[in-house]
Formats: sequence, C-alpha cells, structure tokens
Amino acid sequence: MTPLQAYLVVAALLFAVGFAGAVTRRNAIIVLIGIELMLNAANLNFIAFWRFMPRSQELTGIVFVLFSIGIAAAEAAVGLALIISIYRHRRTTNLEEIDTMKE
Amino acid sequence: MILFGVIAALTLGASAAALSLRNLVHCALALAVALSGLAALYLKLGAQFVGFAQILIYVGAVAILIVFAILLTRGSEPDGENSPKTHSGASPPQGERGSIAEVPALSKPDPQLQQPSWPKWLSGFGVAGLVFAVLVTVICKSPALTAAVGPAPEAPVRQIGEELMTRYVLPLEVLGLLLTAALIGAVVLAMRDSESEQLPK
Repeated sequence: MTPLQAYLVVAALLFAVGFAGAVTRRNAIIVLIGIELMLNAANLNFIAFWRFMPRSQELTGIVFVLFSIGIAAAEAAVGLALIISIYRHRRTTNLEEIDTMKE
Repeated sequence: MILFGVIAALTLGASAAALSLRNLVHCALALAVALSGLAALYLKLGAQFVGFAQILIYVGAVAILIVFAILLTRGSEPDGENSPKTHSGASPPQGERGSIAEVPALSKPDPQLQQPSWPKWLSGFGVAGLVFAVLVTVICKSPALTAAVGPAPEAPVRQIGEELMTRYVLPLEVLGLLLTAALIGAVVLAMRDSESEQLPK
C-alpha cells in the first residue's frame, strides 16, 4: 500500500465514522460534529492528493482546502446559532422532537 | 510510517469517541483531539499553512463554539444519553413526545425516547460500512494511486499569499462576503428570539 492509499483509507474511515455518527445520533450538536468530521475527511483527501500527485507545484489543493475550512467555519457558526434558536423555542436539541415541519 | 500510524489511530479513535460518548462535553473535547490529529497529518504531508490554519480555526474557534453551544443547551441533555440501556425499540406515541417538548420545565424527557431503535442503528452503520467498503475497494484497485511518489512539493506561505491575491482573488472576496453574511445571519438567528420575548414586557 502506497502512502497515498494509506492516507485515502484513513480519510475514508474518518468519513464513514462521521457519517455513522451523523445518521445514528439524535442530538443536533453531535450530528453537526459528524458533519464537520466528514468535511475534514474530504480536506484530508485534497491535501493527500496535492502531496502525492505529479505537478503538485501548483497550490490548487492547498488553496481549495483553505476555502473549504472557511466555508466549514461559516456553516458551523450558522448551524450552532440555529440549534440555540431552536433550543430557545422547544427546550430540546433532540432531532426526533424537532418535527414541526413534518406535521 | 509508524508516526503516521500513531497519528491516524489517535485521530480515528478520537473521532469515534466524539460521536459515541454520552457526555456532550467529552464529545467536544474528543472532537478537539481529532481535529488536532488531522492538523498533525496535514503537517506531516508538508502543508504547514493548512495545518496551522486547521489548529487556529477548528481547534481554536469551531471546537470552542461547539463547547459554548453544548453549555447553552445544557438543560436538554437527557438522562438517557448518560445511561446506556438495552434497546427496547418501543417509542411512545407522537403526541406524547410533542407535549413533553412544549413544557419548558420538563427538560428531562423519558429516557426511552433517547434510545435509538435497532433498525436505525443497523441502517446507519450499514450504509456507513458500505460507503467505506466501496471507497476502500476503489482506492485499492485504482492504478492511478500506485504511481511513484515524487519529491515533496513546496508550499511557502509567501507563494500561497501571492496565489490568493492574484489567481484566487475572486473566490477569496466571495468567501469574505460569505463569512460576513454567516456572521450577521448567526447573530440574527440567535438574537431575534430574546428581542421578541422582551417586547411584551
């Protein structure tokens, strides 16, 4: 197994862990943590490809990850603000109980 | 390679802990450890700037933000999350759940509500395992990934800055706009409620 494959397998495992957590847990904050981990797995892929691919003098991989980190920060801020706002209304962060839009 | 194995195991273990621990504060701390491990992987890959940006933004800002959110929504932490029980699978009817959620004083719902039912667990982990299996199969079979490793590329901060200010200047400005909008949006979302509550008084 080449180093690139090892990094890709680690990223795939991280994505799978994040996905399993985001789908099975019921606390909205934990789901957000799972989504962050999935985003980070994608970032790890970008950096690994940048490091091990030919013509990597171009900084495309690094710049893409920087933008991705910035967007993830914005997403986390808005997501947590939403969770706090919902908590004020419903006194819960359990996703099973936040079902007003389903009814 | 040994160092890589240690960092990868730490990262994966901490991320699994962040998603499986019952205490939410422990989850946030495990998340900080996992993100630090990822930053170490970035440093090991030669991307110093991204590694330090990861520490600064994720460990420094996002993890702290999550800790704040956990502490602000402390009352909703149910007993069921702290005491793993056998999965009974039986959940109370929908109406009862809604009435529990609407009473502010009743911040501790029935512990049975918190226990995920077996089908949900099975489908969640099944799909995650399936995704992982497909990804690993593709990674191991792809001929493009076994190419010879070239010399480590250089990514000096000066060059990154020049690229950001010339070739990627438009995405950078758009990202700045997005962050401003997200900042304002987060403040509006979190503030609106308390204002409307204060108006009747």
